[in-house]
Amino acid sequence: MSGIAAIAAGPIFPVLAPESPQAEAIYDLGVRVVLVAAVIFSVMAILIGVAAVRFRERSGRDATIDFGSHRAEVWWMLGPLLVVFWLAAISAKLVLTINAVPAAHPEGDPAEGGDRCDILVTGHQWWWEVSYPRTDPKGGPAGDSGAAITTANEIHIPVGRRLRVRVESADVIHSFWVPQLARKIDAIPGRTNHIWLEANRPGEYQGFCAEFCGTQHAWMRFRVIAHGESEYRGWLAAMRRPPEPGDGAQAALGARLFRSLACIECHALEGTGSTAANGPDLTHLDRRRILAGGAVVNSPANLAAWLRNPGQFKPGSKMPDFKLDDERIAALIAFIAPGFAEADAAAPPVGAADGGNSSAGESPR
Amino acid sequence: MSSGAGSMHSRSRGAGAEPHARIEPHGLALEDRRGVLSWFSTVDHKRIGLLYILTAGIFLLVGGAEALVIRLQLARPGAAIVSPEVYNQLFTMHGTTMVFLVGMPILVGFANYLVPLMIGASDVAFPRLNALAWWMLPAGGILLHMSILLGSAPDAGWFAYAPLSTKPYSSLPGVDCWIAGLLVLGIGSVAAAINIVATVLCRRAPGMSMQRIPLFVWMVFITAILTILAIPALNAALAMLFVDRTLGAAFFEPARGGSAVLWQHFFWIFGHPEVYILALPAFGMISEIIPVHSRKPIYGYEFVAGSTVAIGLLSFGVWAHHMFAVGLGSGVDIFFAIGSLLIAIPTGIKIFNWTATMWGGSIRFTTAMCFAVAFLVQFVLGGLSGVAFAAVPLDWQLTDTYFVVAHFHYVLFGGTLFALFAAIYHWFPKMTGRMLDERLGQWHFWLTLVGFNLTFFVQHLLGLMGMPRRVYTYDDQPGWALLNGISSAGSFLLGFATLILVWNVLRSLRRGAIAGPNPWGAFTLEWATSSPPPPENFTALPPIRSRRPAWDLEHPERADFLTQRTAEDRGTRPEAAPVAAWSFIASEIMFFVLLLAAFVVFTSGDGGAAAGRDSLDVPRTVLFTGVLVASSVTFGFALRALCRGAGARARRWLLATLLLGAIFLGNQALEWTGLLRAGVLPERDLFAACFFTVTGFHGLHVLGGLIAIGILLWLARGNDLPPRRAAVPHAVGLYWHFVDVVWIVVFAVIYLGLPRGLG
Repeated sequence: MSGIAAIAAGPIFPVLAPESPQAEAIYDLGVRVVLVAAVIFSVMAILIGVAAVRFRERSGRDATIDFGSHRAEVWWMLGPLLVVFWLAAISAKLVLTINAVPAAHPEGDPAEGGDRCDILVTGHQWWWEVSYPRTDPKGGPAGDSGAAITTANEIHIPVGRRLRVRVESADVIHSFWVPQLARKIDAIPGRTNHIWLEANRPGEYQGFCAEFCGTQHAWMRFRVIAHGESEYRGWLAAMRRPPEPGDGAQAALGARLFRSLACIECHALEGTGSTAANGPDLTHLDRRRILAGGAVVNSPANLAAWLRNPGQFKPGSKMPDFKLDDERIAALIAFIAPGFAEADAAAPPVGAADGGNSSAGESPR
Repeated sequence: MSSGAGSMHSRSRGAGAEPHARIEPHGLALEDRRGVLSWFSTVDHKRIGLLYILTAGIFLLVGGAEALVIRLQLARPGAAIVSPEVYNQLFTMHGTTMVFLVGMPILVGFANYLVPLMIGASDVAFPRLNALAWWMLPAGGILLHMSILLGSAPDAGWFAYAPLSTKPYSSLPGVDCWIAGLLVLGIGSVAAAINIVATVLCRRAPGMSMQRIPLFVWMVFITAILTILAIPALNAALAMLFVDRTLGAAFFEPARGGSAVLWQHFFWIFGHPEVYILALPAFGMISEIIPVHSRKPIYGYEFVAGSTVAIGLLSFGVWAHHMFAVGLGSGVDIFFAIGSLLIAIPTGIKIFNWTATMWGGSIRFTTAMCFAVAFLVQFVLGGLSGVAFAAVPLDWQLTDTYFVVAHFHYVLFGGTLFALFAAIYHWFPKMTGRMLDERLGQWHFWLTLVGFNLTFFVQHLLGLMGMPRRVYTYDDQPGWALLNGISSAGSFLLGFATLILVWNVLRSLRRGAIAGPNPWGAFTLEWATSSPPPPENFTALPPIRSRRPAWDLEHPERADFLTQRTAEDRGTRPEAAPVAAWSFIASEIMFFVLLLAAFVVFTSGDGGAAAGRDSLDVPRTVLFTGVLVASSVTFGFALRALCRGAGARARRWLLATLLLGAIFLGNQALEWTGLLRAGVLPERDLFAACFFTVTGFHGLHVLGGLIAIGILLWLARGNDLPPRRAAVPHAVGLYWHFVDVVWIVVFAVIYLGLPRGLG
């Protein structure tokens, strides 16, 4: 079993299992291209094969002398030319469809910075920052504050609705890719790109960083989780509520450690006043499914193992090894992930990608 | 610079029926020396060709070993054979090595060896330049690998995307060594390419019209032109990255106004023609090998040659198909998609003609032919998966996954390397005088065929499974471990097969059957001399009256010229020196145009340029521009005096030119000092960075011109230039005028801010 539980449940060939109108359109184009290619390949392979068998050297037969024929050349120029123009036409049509949609959307109120998006995804070495801008509280259901949400390595979307996603980078070039849902789009520093994200059905979809971005490019994965509308609203509301602070001496020690160990220099966490974004925002960490860009499944035991030695799972990661003992780890978890506090953080880690064969831990949700 | 001007006169009397006993004078002493040391000083194109092939062969083993470590690490999920840092260095070095230290040099090596023989010349146009170009290869290779001693090999991938390759994200010296090594290798490649262009245009034997040169020569010729025009784009990008990394400029640093996408444009303006630089010579080999082993002339010679020209032209208009995921917009995407799809037409023409050549033949399945046929099938597959990438939305799914890794290995391994293997079996007898062992050859072929397809076919599927390229490990998702395991197993089969080739070569060098001049009954001129050929290549050239002179010689009753008319050779050949000078100038134009394009990109728009421009003293520069232009005039006078044999006058004018050039450079130095004192540094803003980069490189070119003029002055120390160097002053003059013209453009663009409309 894999380190990432949902992957096993996903299709083996995500590129061939589209789950959004956009991915389906690309898939349909792919089918046509593959069919054309298969025909051409078969014809050529047969011609080459027949030539190889029929015109092997044998006694009593000499090679003909044939310098070529202009008529033949014209035919095998025109035939492929037709195919090429057809392919160009159907590709261009789909390019216009996929690219034009975000542009057709109003650019939003200039007073709010002009460029409205539903979700802002920012690539970092080596994790994805995911923010939901503040929404107008009047638009939301009663009790929804409409506050901005920031999370990491997972994107929650409502089924059947197209969300406009802005893709940016904080450092080097990354590439945002959810094979089942949308085209790949690069996250480039100094540049903003937009795509639609949409899913036909509820579920978890794997995402990858596709552009080489340094040491830990391999573990810069993420997930898109599509919910039914009410479940999605529930998730939004839960994320907008301030996290319940952990009780007791352990959590208090954790809070002190969070400052004294300088966690606060890199990580934002609601209630601490930190807005640093060198590492993922840790607010509601206990609700997430993966840690460290997919190198580790999130669970109390795995979080503890990760804090004990990040390099074991993600060597070269920017998360330092603080050489924490079990007591401090438990205290930190009690503070940053109070939802995990009940669980026994000293249990052996499960579901870590390192080693590859350990059985998957249950997702915390 | 060799070549007798005297040989020019004999050519017009060319294409008689009797064998030509007269061989072009070499210009340099012919050597028939033996011993290891003689290889270090050789200027013989055949020995230099073999040195290229040998050097590239060694790097092939290095790059192959790197690939095997990569496959070992990926053989199972979560493996820790190497650290992620080392893994990233491995694939960077594997790509860089295979492109720059294996693919280009091995093809240049074959071109070096074969082109003069195929066109009936005694050597290339510039034998000493040829030797210099080869020496750049080990030099560049050593510079690149020196990074390992300095702590880290380059690790930003073979296309080194900025800003990952800039100092903030790659602080170790690996990328610096990569830049230095590639610059040296690039200069060597351009030198070799200029030599090939000049050789093909100026050194063809009487009777060898351009319509009769073998297709391999055609394709190498086009490749050389691509090299001359594409490498400067890489050099411009490398120069800018170097300025970023060492002088703190921000060309590619978006946070300080630079552009990450600009690197991609520049790199792929080089990078896509580069693909054809790696593929066209292989096409040329196939175009020679398939006819010979099918015992038939090539089908549709004109179309195979013409389609190569079409590919060459199109290859400069498709670079952004490497950048579809960047989000350049629909218009750009569609434009480059159409260009990329169109390349399928000339490529298809080649494949059809090769197949038609086999049709009706009497095919011998020698190892060379086996590799050639496998090339055909695999290249069709690689080409078709390439068509998938030209359909932009599919590229959006498949790019940067293992599908693209599979695609380009089908093109470059299943295509180019298979053609190279075919070429080794085909031309080894010519190069060494001995045959390669066919039984070992068959083992090599079948194991390579199986190993190659095992390794790379499954990578298509891995791409569809979502596996991104360049990941050092992966988790145990269904199928991933199995297919990666198969791929790794295949790669080791490939490694083993390659060892068989090495063994075959070593064994056959001493014990192979004696080949004789033409063991395959081949058609082209290199087979009309002994194996290996004598230092002067031919003791007697057969008459050249068709595309297959060696066939005509051996089958007079069925000679090609009896049935197929080809354009007669008019016997005119241009002088080599101006051809080389124009080729070099074309290359330099690309370099400066791209640097200036960067300037225009960075300074158009927000008025930042105007502010930077205030620190420049335009009136003073007008004056010194006049000085430089005047130096062109004085050079003109010097040239006229030389032509009239007035040595003393010529020397005076040359001295004046030297002086004016030096005054210009002196002023540049003063201007730089003033700016640096005033705090205008490359790191200040992009205007300053562009200013110093452009004027700095122009200054270097002025310096180079001054050195050339100095040498000319020294050569003209008698009353006259030696007659065989008569073309040299003209070539130097072309270069000097070019440097002036570049300055005028630089002045207009940077000092005056023209053309304003472009902003």
